[in-house]
Parts: sequence; C-alpha cells; structure tokens
Amino acid sequence: MTTLISARSAEGGRVRLRTAWALRLWGGRVSVLVRPRALAVGLVLVAVSVAVVALSVSVGDYAIPLERVPGAMLGFGERLDVFFVQGVRLPRALTAVAVGASLGLAGAVFQSLSRNALGSPDIIGFTSGAATGAVAAILVFGAGRTVVSLGAIGAGLATAALVYLLAMKGGVQGYRLVLVGIGVSAVLGAVRDYLMTRADLTDAMGAQIWMIGSLNGRGWGEVAAVCAGLVVLGPLLVGLGRRLRYMELGEDTARGLGVPTQVTQVVALAAASALTGAAIAVAGPIGFVALAAPQLARRLARSGGTTLVLSGLMGAALLAVADLVAMRVLAPAQLPVGVVTAVIGGSYLLWLLYTEWRGNRA
Amino acid sequence: MTTSAHASTRLNGSGLTLAYEQRVISQDLAVAIPDNSFTVIVGPNACGKSTLLRALSRTLKPSQGQVLLDGQVIGSYPAKEVARRLGLLPQTSIAPDGIGVADLVARGRYPHQGFLRQWSSRDEEVVAEAMEATGVAALAERSVDELSGGQRQRVWLAMVLAQQTPLLLLDEPTTYLDIAHQMDMLDLCAQLHSERGHTLVAVLHDLNHACRYATHLIVMKDGAVVAEGDPASVVTAELVEYVFGLPVRVIDDPETHTPMIVPVDRRRAGR
Ligand SMILES: Nc1ncnc2c1ncn2[C@@H]1O[C@H](COP(=O)(O)OP(=O)(O)OP(=O)(O)O)[C@@H](O)[C@H]1O
Ligand SMILES: [Mg+2]
Repeated sequence: MTTLISARSAEGGRVRLRTAWALRLWGGRVSVLVRPRALAVGLVLVAVSVAVVALSVSVGDYAIPLERVPGAMLGFGERLDVFFVQGVRLPRALTAVAVGASLGLAGAVFQSLSRNALGSPDIIGFTSGAATGAVAAILVFGAGRTVVSLGAIGAGLATAALVYLLAMKGGVQGYRLVLVGIGVSAVLGAVRDYLMTRADLTDAMGAQIWMIGSLNGRGWGEVAAVCAGLVVLGPLLVGLGRRLRYMELGEDTARGLGVPTQVTQVVALAAASALTGAAIAVAGPIGFVALAAPQLARRLARSGGTTLVLSGLMGAALLAVADLVAMRVLAPAQLPVGVVTAVIGGSYLLWLLYTEWRGNRA
Repeated sequence: MTTSAHASTRLNGSGLTLAYEQRVISQDLAVAIPDNSFTVIVGPNACGKSTLLRALSRTLKPSQGQVLLDGQVIGSYPAKEVARRLGLLPQTSIAPDGIGVADLVARGRYPHQGFLRQWSSRDEEVVAEAMEATGVAALAERSVDELSGGQRQRVWLAMVLAQQTPLLLLDEPTTYLDIAHQMDMLDLCAQLHSERGHTLVAVLHDLNHACRYATHLIVMKDGAVVAEGDPASVVTAELVEYVFGLPVRVIDDPETHTPMIVPVDRRRAGR
C-alpha cells in the first residue's frame, strides 16, 4: 500500500470482473455488461422448460407423438390431439411455467430484502396467511374456487402487511422479518388446525389438498391470470434488481452509493407479494419453489448476489419438471405437485449445499 | 436557521436533533465541516459519532434541523447526485457471498453509471486506481470472503474511493488494520486531502493519530460537540479526562510536535 495515488495512474489499468464482460460500443459511449455464465444458465433453463412443456403435452393416457405436438398446439391435426393439447395439457403446462416463474422471482426478491436464504414467502408468513384464508373460505363459507382464490390473496396480503408492520422499526431488518413471519405463521397454523378439527371429512380433504398445491385441471383463465401478473410486475422487479443487489451490501452502504433504499424496499415487497398472491390463488401454496429456485439460480450462475431473471427461469423449469413427474410417476393416479417440488427442490438444494460445503473444506 | 457562523461550508448541519425512533442521541447539534479540511471526530463509544456521520451523509434523516450540502438541503438532491459528491464508509458493511474483490470495488461506480453506461473504460481506470491506492490490486481476483479483516477493510475503502467524491466520510477506517497499515491508511487520507483537495471526515479512536493528522478536530460526548478546532489548541489533559473519564498527560509528539496523549498509570498512582 506504499504506492500512493500519483505514482501510477496514467497507464489506465485493466480490471477483470469475475462474472461479467464489458461490451463497449460507439467509441465507449455505450457500455453494457454481459454475463456469459448467467446467459448460458438462462438459455439452458429456457430449453429445459420448453422441452418439458412439449413432453408434458405429449405424454399421458392418450399419448400424442412429439412430432404431432406443434401442429396440435396451433390447432391442426387430429381432432382429439387438438382437444387434449389445446384444451387440457397445454394450459396446465403453461400454468406450471408461469406459476413457477412467479414464485421463483418473488422468492428471490424476498430473500434479497431479508438478506436471508430462508426469506421465502413460506417463511415470511405470506403462504401461511393465504392458506388460512383459503381454508376458512372452504370450511366456514363452503366457497367455490374463485372465492377461495380471492380469500387466499386477501388473507396472504393482509398477513404480509401485518408481518411487515410488526418487523418494521425505522426500516425493515432481515432477520426480524423472518422471525416475525415464523411467529405469525405459527399462530395462523393453529387457527387452521382448529378449523380442520371442526370441519367434516370431505371439506377437510379438499382444504388439505388445496394447501399442498396442485395444478390439476388448470385452464387458460388461470394462465392468463398468472401471466398478467408476470407481464406487469416482472419487468418492474427485474428493473429493481440492480438496486436490490446493492442493498445486499447493507443499508448504510447502499444509501451511501445513492440507492433510494426505502422506496425500493416498499415497491419490491409489494410487487413480490402481489406476484406470490396470483400464483397461490391459481395453484395453492406450492412449497419450496420460492425457497429453492433463487438459491439454485445463484449457485449455478456463481453470481455472488441475487439474480432475479434466472430465479424466475429456474422456478419455471423446476415447477414444469415437478408437474410432469406429479402427473406421470404414479399414473393414472396423480400426485399434488407440491409433494414433488418438495422432494425435487429440497433434494437438489441439499445436494448443492453438500457439495459446496465439501468443496469449501477441501 | 442558517445564521451559524460557518454555515457557508460545503457540508454543514444546524439545529440537528438525531434520533432512532424515540431514542434521542443528539439535540440541537451544529456542525460545519471546514472546506478542504481533514476533520477527525473523536469521542467515547456510543457518544453518537456514527449517528452524526449518518446524518451528514443523508443515511439518517434528522428529526429536526437540516443538513446542507453545497447550500441545499441534502434530502432535496436525487440520491445519486449526493453519492457523486459525498462518499460514505460505514462502520459495518456486508459482502455478498462469493463476490470478487474487483467486483465489489467496481460497485463504487454505481452513482456514475446508468442503463447505457454500465462499465465504461473510465470506470475501469478509476477502479484500478482505487485498488492500487489502497494496496489491494494484488487481491483483485480473490473472493472477499477469504480475505483477512484488514484486507477487507481496505477493499471497502477502495470501493468508496472509486466513487470519486470530493467529500469523504469515513467511519473508523483504521479498524482491523495493523499499525503499519493504519499509518498507510492515514497517509493515504492525508494525501487525498493535501494533493487532491478532498475534504475528509474520519471517525478515529486513536487520539494520537487524530492529533497528528487532523486539521480540524471535533470532540464529542453524549451526543454533543464539546470542543472543536485545531488539535494543538483543543487537546488538553482536562478535556480528555472530562470526555473519556481517563486521567492522562499530554506531551509533545517528538515526530510531529502535535499533542500526544499518554494515560496516567493508575496502578502505580493507586499504590
Ligand atoms: N440503528 C440503531 N437503532 C437504535 N439505536 C441505535 C442505532 N444505532 C445506534 N444506536 C444508538 O445510538 C447511540 C449512538 O450510537 P453511535 O453508533 O452513533 O455511536 P458511536 O459514537 O459511533 O460509537 P462507537 O465508537 O462504538 O462506534 C448508541 O447508544 C447506540 O446504542
Ligand atoms: Mg460508531
């Protein structure tokens, strides 16, 4: 450190960033960072999602050969092909992709804001609130699917707002958000258990299935609902991604660098909550996607920080695969997809953590 | 409100009440950072030094009074505009898992970047220079996780230097550093001050360092400024005993002829 400022400077040093290449255009007036590894991971995830959607559409008790799938998607070919593809399997597969993307993206935002790998909507209390709302709607009011969905969103947002308010003390601190979320979830879980003991068996079964999360029988209406959320809120959140990565340096540091942390926090939290709400309303509280997808994405991309787009793509691929497994592994019986996400996402995450820790020790 | 004698400096605050929720730390505080000074803030733990630095850097909004930066209320600037004029090294920061040294230092360029200006050759030069100046250039490709505490501290300082601001607020920049690196760090600060004309504000715990390097010393106790000015005229044994509750002798620093504080040996005095 004895060389001080004036000693060197003129030669204009080169700095190699770990994850990005600089692309400079128009004589350096425009400079963009390209992240080759993230780009590659993203492309692979898109390819996996497309392949899995095609496969989901093709397999089933009425199997459609893959080469007939594209035609059937566009409405050509055999009537039965078109019926199964357009009417049943494609909307379900697309719901899986859109719900997975929403959960992955929202999960990444929650984890970034709470600076905690456990900061998923499951832990922050959102999921628990939504589940309680839905269970109350089913058991107390005997409501149909739409009302159940609305009840879930309403209760989820209300719970998220409550947790946020309880955790706030001149700005939200990550661990407090997680702790308050766990506390509120425990209370809501007790409320749910109480309702269950009062319900008759069929209702309780229905509520139980809703709480595991499922994509059975989802149609174009559901696709549209989740995609609407993604189209509006996705770009907004991705636009905030850079600020979120800076906020991971700590509140003071981020503010010192000129990041408007408070506005960003509120907007990102609201948008991520709404995105989660739409996903849960359509598919129920599918577990583990929001928790695992961001962790998997950042490890695969070696990004050293949150990667929102990749988290969304990872969520989409993860849920698409999980739903295919849920449909086929015990066919003709169908598993709720939530069971599969827990097994696949959970094991994959454990494996990654395990190899990482072993790598660190070596 | 702006009638204070030195309200015309680039960075000053008056009538400041600083509080976290209900807990008031400072009341009716007035500070002015003399332009082109190397101002050092000293005071016991928890007396409100970091809190003052937060207010001066707009990280904490005063519940009363205001901080002026270049004559305007600091809160009225766009966030990035403040960050181009004033850099802050907070007492604690968090390095994201697995981030590289160069990548972290590069983050200091944030206020100068935009959607179509993500990493210009200017950014690259400045980052290289900042790493050079703080002696972390050789670590550029390492992970921040695997650095020692002192190396990490210099990486954070490099990040703030990369911000290229004429005003620098440094909260305990010498923590974690061994004695040689402490002197290097302070020499670097002094050089930024004397050769580049930067205005520096640093919180230091070592009073002898403070006396050596400060052109302006601010002494705080319980949230209030109890003395300020040239260290040679401000620092007395009475003041140090009053502020820190520690009996000391003040002697002449044989190197720099600034005040040098030597604690009285209480074991011997007690016997
Ligand atoms: N985020 C916070 N919320 C509530 N109180 C705080 C917060 N940060 C600091 N304080 C309190 O404000 C007072 C002043 O703290 P500050 O950090 O300004 O002290 P300091 O002079 O920098 O001390 P040190 O030398 O230990 O760094 C302390 O009593 C501390 O407990
Ligand atoms: Mg402090």
